[in-house]
Amino acid sequence: MKAKKRILLISSCGGHWVQMNRLRPAFEDHDVYFACTERAYAQAAPEGRFYYVPDASLKSNPLKILWLAFSVLAILIKIRPHVVLSTGAAPGFFALIFAKLIRSKTIWVDSIANVNELSVSGQKVGRFADLYITQWEHLAREDGPQYFGSVV
Amino acid sequence: MIFVTVGTQLPFERLIEAVDLWAAEHPETEVFAQVGETRYQARHMTCVEKLGPGEYTEKFNQADVVVSHVGMGTIISGLEHAKPLVLMPRLAEKGEHRNNHQLGTAEKFAKYKQIQFVNTAQELNTAISACLATKLSSEQGCPETSVNLIKKLKSFVNEE
Repeated sequence: MKAKKRILLISSCGGHWVQMNRLRPAFEDHDVYFACTERAYAQAAPEGRFYYVPDASLKSNPLKILWLAFSVLAILIKIRPHVVLSTGAAPGFFALIFAKLIRSKTIWVDSIANVNELSVSGQKVGRFADLYITQWEHLAREDGPQYFGSVV
Repeated sequence: MIFVTVGTQLPFERLIEAVDLWAAEHPETEVFAQVGETRYQARHMTCVEKLGPGEYTEKFNQADVVVSHVGMGTIISGLEHAKPLVLMPRLAEKGEHRNNHQLGTAEKFAKYKQIQFVNTAQELNTAISACLATKLSSEQGCPETSVNLIKKLKSFVNEE
């Protein structure tokens, strides 16, 4: 039997969170931690496995972005996840960058809402993603992102 | 009951105004809306700025029809709960989103009969009334997450 790993699933609230939760079956053999911009989602996570991160987008004011980045870093240092996955947006962008600093493996699953092009975060985050995924076949490229299917 | 939600990020004046018009003509139907920072003052429905996830799920489940923007949260929840959806894409040229990706999403999900995509107040009016009249529901059900995607994530996590 393989050793359990610590997996951090992090996203902003709403559609990103809904999509991320549809990936949970992939991680049922491991210890899964959640982080999101909506405190009340804690009820959807196992006891003590939920972390709140403040909401900000890459266009927000710099202080807000800094606060988000700092919160994400603090969570990563605390959990020391083996793997970090995000569906977007800004919280996941920072999580993947910092995850590489602490040598976690990283997964980006770009939101299925982005049919015509990758999301803003998704376009920037590619080189920090060990597994770089789009949910639309026509957006897949040879050098990533790759396509394996979608959450619906 | 009609549940209206504009999502977590941006206001959506055009949608709330359009639903308010429908509600004015149908005082017998309760309309409950989560409007975020929308400034338009609706007069014919109950509006709240924000709902907690618990209240949101409750309203979503109670609703006969859910009216919203073309957000993935609404679409997936709608498919999971077999809810008739009336969705209006946000348009960049009207300042409703940063680009027109909701038009693309609408095109991709057009195959689902339980989802009606509308672009004007008139189309929205017709769509809501049609949903209520037929009690349209899902025959297609909610597709699962792709097996290949789950498999890929599993094997990636288990690699040393």
